[in-house]
Amino acid sequence: MMIPTTLRPPIDHAPPTSIDQRRPDEARLPAAAHPSAISMRGFNSWYGDHQVLHALDLEIATRQVCAFIGPSGCGKSTLLRWINRMNDTIPGARAAGTLSLHGIDLLDRSLDVVDLRRRVGMVFQKPNPFPKSIFDNVAFGPRLHRVYARTDLEELVEQSLRASALWDEVKDRLDSSALGLSGGQQQRLCIARAVAIGPEMLLMDEPCSALDPRSTASIEQLIRELRASYTIVIVTHNMQQASRVSDSTAFFYEGRLIESGATDLLFTNPKNRQTEDYVTGRFG
Amino acid sequence: MGPRTITTSRRMASNRIFLYGCFAATSIAILVLCVLMISIAVEGWSSVSWRFLDSFASRKAAQAGIKAPLMGSIWVCAICGLVAIPMGIGTAIYLEEFAKRSRVKRLIQLNISNLSGVPSIVYGILALAAFVRCFGLNTGDAPWSLGNPESLLFIQFPCGPSVLAGGLTLALVILPIMIIASQEAFRSVPQSLRQGALALGSTPWQVVWRVSLPAALPTIMTGSILAMSRAVGEAAPLLVIGGFLLVFQTPTNLMSDFTVLPLQIFNWAGRPQADFHKLAAAAIIVQLIALLVFNSIAIIIRQKLQRPLQS
Repeated sequence: MMIPTTLRPPIDHAPPTSIDQRRPDEARLPAAAHPSAISMRGFNSWYGDHQVLHALDLEIATRQVCAFIGPSGCGKSTLLRWINRMNDTIPGARAAGTLSLHGIDLLDRSLDVVDLRRRVGMVFQKPNPFPKSIFDNVAFGPRLHRVYARTDLEELVEQSLRASALWDEVKDRLDSSALGLSGGQQQRLCIARAVAIGPEMLLMDEPCSALDPRSTASIEQLIRELRASYTIVIVTHNMQQASRVSDSTAFFYEGRLIESGATDLLFTNPKNRQTEDYVTGRFG
Repeated sequence: MGPRTITTSRRMASNRIFLYGCFAATSIAILVLCVLMISIAVEGWSSVSWRFLDSFASRKAAQAGIKAPLMGSIWVCAICGLVAIPMGIGTAIYLEEFAKRSRVKRLIQLNISNLSGVPSIVYGILALAAFVRCFGLNTGDAPWSLGNPESLLFIQFPCGPSVLAGGLTLALVILPIMIIASQEAFRSVPQSLRQGALALGSTPWQVVWRVSLPAALPTIMTGSILAMSRAVGEAAPLLVIGGFLLVFQTPTNLMSDFTVLPLQIFNWAGRPQADFHKLAAAAIIVQLIALLVFNSIAIIIRQKLQRPLQS
């Protein structure tokens, strides 16, 4: 089916990411063949005088799921929030070093953060649907960036809800309030909302920590499906979750990157003692 | 020896005493209100009629009515609302959504809190200098004017004790209340909604316009109603700026002379004849009914706005 050009996400220099432009049969390449989406060199971050991240060197591969694990307060959420510059909203937050997305310097003061956030979607710990209808929640992002014809918007909303595996549950009540959905449905709605603006990357900050096991399972299933089209970074406290959904894992401790690598290796054969203690549940 | 035990019966007794105390406090407030309402209704109800609403002031109590103050109140409150509500919401948006934490912001905040406690008569004095006399900037004999005195768009400088000056005066009186109420409304919007909107690539203004403001609006409406109710009942500042007590015409433009219901009530209640006291009571009834209708409409609008928020 041909997609009308108006449906294409409003991105000029990004790879094609519209939901229907995905290649569903895309073979999963070995990790080494994936170019880096995010790369950081000597990355430091502070809140005021307090340094929270120390000299990080990390590459995050394109169209892979990368999990950030580590005990609370280790700086993994802070790092996540630098990737779409949500830390700009926190007074006193600053960073130094190199952090880039496909070669674009993310720490550049003149960077258009509005455009960046259009390319890097975010899903929060607690589901935060807007107090609007289900339809308006998904259409919120697209409407920010351009004017749509009603039919195009309806199609985009349907695609996004299908992509987040919520369509069948809500197709009959798109006009009812999003606040009437269950927690797991709300979180999938938030994913649909992020997907609707056609990002190339999704950041998930403990997306399942406020959900029950069944909803968690459905979100994890969704993450596995979404990685065909998006680079995903997920912060999680749940070791099993990291091992179930991610291709690579980075372990942080007290603001330092202790170990990173392919998830199966890091969990079965960690090189570092602290990593081993953490993934086997001896601390944290 | 361990801590002394308090018996259950004693705790229940103190519970009961507290309950009775609260009930008594509520009852006294309601009782006073009832006595006031009933005595006014008994005294004034017989005088409320279409003729009363549709007549101008008169020396004869039987012919006097409240057409001028009623229309004056509507004009003055409309101007007051049109000025104070957008300004109050705008100030609240700046302070809550845009202003960085700074000494200047703290100073503004402190000022607003203090201003909300200033007696309204003080605003009257300020308004007399600022709006009625325009700080004496026009030193000539006649006011500068723009447009035809008969037309709706007639403007004069200085404004004199006109409808415009009255509306702006009341706007000053309620502005601090409006700002504080709107700020509370914006503060009660969860931060997570703003974060969600920002993460989708909203500009700060889009966050305000599409998320914060719609979510805060029902609460802002409530604040506006309370503020406007106060404006409707103000007499003192309008007395200071020279609101007229006897007016024999309804306002036709912003420069018209005016009076308002509280001024008319003040005038009639101060006269020695008992017949005029009845008129004062009747005017109070009209004012209370207007207030009630006003509040009901606002409540209905608010509930309409709130409905999509609930599941």
